[in-house]
Amino acid sequence: MNTREPAEAGRTEERVLAKIIVVTSGKGGVGKTTSSAAIGTGLALRGFKTAIIDFDVGLRNLDLIMGCERRVVYDFVNVINKEATLNQALIKDKRTPNLFILPASQTRDKDALSQEGVQAVLNELSRDFDYIVCDSPAGIEKGAQMALYYADIAVVVTNPEVSSVRDSDRILGILQSKTRRVEAGEEPVQEHLLLTRYNPARVQAGEMLSVQDVEDILAIPLIGVIPESEAVLKASNQGMPVILDQETEAGQAYSDAVARLLGEVVEHRFLEVQKKGFFKRLLGGK
Amino acid sequence: MSIFDYFRSKTKNSSASVAKERLQIIVAHERGQRQQPDYLPQMQQEILDVIRKYVAIDQDSVNIQLENNDHCSILELNVTLPDR
Repeated sequence: MNTREPAEAGRTEERVLAKIIVVTSGKGGVGKTTSSAAIGTGLALRGFKTAIIDFDVGLRNLDLIMGCERRVVYDFVNVINKEATLNQALIKDKRTPNLFILPASQTRDKDALSQEGVQAVLNELSRDFDYIVCDSPAGIEKGAQMALYYADIAVVVTNPEVSSVRDSDRILGILQSKTRRVEAGEEPVQEHLLLTRYNPARVQAGEMLSVQDVEDILAIPLIGVIPESEAVLKASNQGMPVILDQETEAGQAYSDAVARLLGEVVEHRFLEVQKKGFFKRLLGGK
Repeated sequence: MSIFDYFRSKTKNSSASVAKERLQIIVAHERGQRQQPDYLPQMQQEILDVIRKYVAIDQDSVNIQLENNDHCSILELNVTLPDR
């Protein structure tokens, strides 16, 4: 997919500009912010200098998921309006080196995101970073369109559920028509499906769309399947990206997704119902 | 209920397969609409107006569809005239 070297190796005169990844879905509540936090952290763990930008102006939440809500001083809109510099607004993650968060403004609305302003911020970040992860707001209005406009890669977060799949298809339509790449006549945005809140037991019982069903309908390559997991809520309670909890299936599944995003071939896990071992059952493990 | 019914119920009548069928239909329909040129709704309105000069028909009586094949596009126009 792409053969990038981690940050240190990239610091040469001719280093490529950052890759811009948008995490989008159309529908709300499917796990965009959780996935943005996990993917951004995963890329940083691999040594890539990564920034995660919250595009959800007015309803910011990335800061809470990343556990840096009390360190927000300036935000994305402040930078766009030149009330603060990018360096002032970027929050350096305390757990993961190479990782920075640009929070959204909580007091403004989506109209505060001007096309030129967003472009200027992304250009400035591009010079210094390897990856920029754009956490899109729900919907298909201005905020969502702005988040995906400059993308090179799109991660379409989908739940195995009718309204989410339909909305994802709608977002795919926008990715194929309203992006800088399309307008400039360049290669289209690379689209990837990230299926979240997957419950193999319910799929087996015929109560939930299977990975194959969703792939058949959306017809884009699958980058990962995140099993429905208690670990996700637990991680967000603590303000810690779930990918850091490598004991959990969700954390491991996100690591696999990041590996695939980097072009590695990794077999999908957690698609089948897990059989509980005798000892686990005895000890009441999950 | 035989063992075969048991298997069939999982593949045919499960709520997931109903969901898949419904999604395939609606997604195909919406993709078709996305690919339509912008002028289609207005053209439909104007055709409707012309026909209305001669016959009293309502909004839903005209159905326009544009199908794209590899070599050509086919504009299909379907007008339902009222009973005399």
